[in-house]
Amino acid sequence: MSNKVIELQNIRRDFTVGDETVHALRGVSFDITEGEFVTIMGTSGSGKSTLLNILGCLDTPTSGEYLLDGIPVRSMSKSQRAILRNRKIGFVFQNYNLLAKTTATENVELPLMYNPDISSSERRKRAEEALDAVGLGDRKEHKSNQMSGGQMQRVAIARALVNNPAVILADEATGNLDTRTSYEILMLFQELHRKGRTIIFVTHNPEIANYSSRNIRLRDGHIIEDSVNTNVLSAEETYRTLPKDIDD
Amino acid sequence: MNYTNLFKIALKALAHNKMRAFLTMLGIIIGVASVITMIALGQGTQKSIQKEISSMGSNIIMIHPGGERRGGVRLDPSEMQTLKIQNFEALKKECMYVAAISPYATASGQLVCGNNNYPTSVTGAGIDYIEIRQLTIEDGTMFTESDIKTSAKVCVIGKTIVDNLFPDGSDPIGSTIRYNQVPLKVIGVLESKGYNSMGMDQDDIVLAPYTTVMKRMLAVTHFNGIFASALSEDVTEYATDEIRTILRREHRLKDSDPDDFMIRTQQELSDMMNTTMNLLTTLLACIAGISLLVGGIGIMNIMYVSVTERTKEIGLRMSVGARGIDILVQFLIEAVLISVTGGIIGILLGCSACLAVKYLANWPVYIQIWSVILSFAVCTVTGIFFGWYPARKAANLDPIDALRYE
Repeated sequence: MSNKVIELQNIRRDFTVGDETVHALRGVSFDITEGEFVTIMGTSGSGKSTLLNILGCLDTPTSGEYLLDGIPVRSMSKSQRAILRNRKIGFVFQNYNLLAKTTATENVELPLMYNPDISSSERRKRAEEALDAVGLGDRKEHKSNQMSGGQMQRVAIARALVNNPAVILADEATGNLDTRTSYEILMLFQELHRKGRTIIFVTHNPEIANYSSRNIRLRDGHIIEDSVNTNVLSAEETYRTLPKDIDD
Repeated sequence: MNYTNLFKIALKALAHNKMRAFLTMLGIIIGVASVITMIALGQGTQKSIQKEISSMGSNIIMIHPGGERRGGVRLDPSEMQTLKIQNFEALKKECMYVAAISPYATASGQLVCGNNNYPTSVTGAGIDYIEIRQLTIEDGTMFTESDIKTSAKVCVIGKTIVDNLFPDGSDPIGSTIRYNQVPLKVIGVLESKGYNSMGMDQDDIVLAPYTTVMKRMLAVTHFNGIFASALSEDVTEYATDEIRTILRREHRLKDSDPDDFMIRTQQELSDMMNTTMNLLTTLLACIAGISLLVGGIGIMNIMYVSVTERTKEIGLRMSVGARGIDILVQFLIEAVLISVTGGIIGILLGCSACLAVKYLANWPVYIQIWSVILSFAVCTVTGIFFGWYPARKAANLDPIDALRYE
């Protein structure tokens, strides 16, 4: 039995909007073990963003317990959660969220800048390794405004890898990209998965579920499906079958 | 948290946004420089106006023997013989608010030089007299203390006298003019001052050592009066009181006795001076205040906007593990760097603008240390405060909200 990276125990999250209480999550429980590639799917309003925020320690549940790498999160202060995010979580956002006019290396170094235990030479080394891992070894000094969407997303993935996190959280990571680039990014995620990374990929695109090892579907704050994918497709193969863009 | 890292983060953020940093700094630079320049110009104007009014003799104090009653008849003050050399020396030694003091004795008559003659009066004076009356020696020299001691037969003459006694344009210096039986050697010529506001020709003047006039011409031991100038317009009143106290003591007057002398000042002139100076001081304070206010608001706006537009960046930094305090410290470091650098550049710019005005436009400019310190302090404190205040709000933001901020 491998390590449980994430344990959710009956998570509820209520928001108060005016006089009304909105129940975004109504008791969600699941565990994710190390090395899984999980897609969390659902239509908008299903609670998947709220779930992602809680998984990413950006938000705390109203009730229930969340253990990240064995650490209970619910009772933590804001600062403690910030440190936890810094050490245990890598985020990949839909709109990349890179620092403007900043080189790829500096963008990737960013999480390590907030970790005083890491020296500047170590920081540099790890950032370059992460960039090599996402296939941007030759674009280390390119600035974020000199890169394509796919390249920016690779930088963002390198940034998510650089602190060697327990889990990588991707929020619609292919949402802003065209089909071919989306599959390139998916290939990268599958490759990371093969190397043993734990990945949670939140999306509303049902196709992506074919490429992950497990699929969780949410509706109205409940889990309606939690299934292991027995027939994982290879993003690389799909990519090859794609017609080449006429524009290319 | 490691402050070196935060310092590096702040430096990088500034380096990647040079334009924004520069524009923010510009607000501070302009604020500081304009305050320094305006105040320096204002101070220069104030000083030159002060000088102009002073040159009209606004700080002159005139002491005359007072009219004394003898059996109900008021005597002509000029007949009074109460102002003596000892009084002058006591005043000269003891007065603290007096810048210059000179006795004054005058003899009227005909001046003769060769074929030419001219009716005028010879003024017996001390060395300070030209300072008190704001006269300038144009040519030659003023007589000296030893000329006074020896009652030397020398004189300094004004333009009108030169024109009348030397109509052919010959150099008057070195020639001898005669007053009654006394020959006087001309050793200096005064710069022309023209007519005064009362229509009196200020160039119709012959200055000789007072001892010469008193001993050789008038054969008297008293002065017609004493002229003095106060250190400045605003202490004229203290100087007057001081002179009164000393003279009353010297004249051994009882408390019940009235003064046996009169002290007159150019009250009207010095009142005008004080009013003008008060107006100018108020004007300067207003200029400084408005410049600081405008500068401060400019800094406030740009600081506030630049932090607000970076909300998304703040969200990102928080999501990768920056704590609220890290964000706050980063923005505070940026604000301090921008404000202090801007303030220093502002001081340099302001001072060079002042010097440029001074040497290129020949305007009177006085850089005031207080304006440098005040403007620097106000602008940097405003800059830092309005860098810190929105950053504090940002640091307390929920990272989710900050990330979604558009």
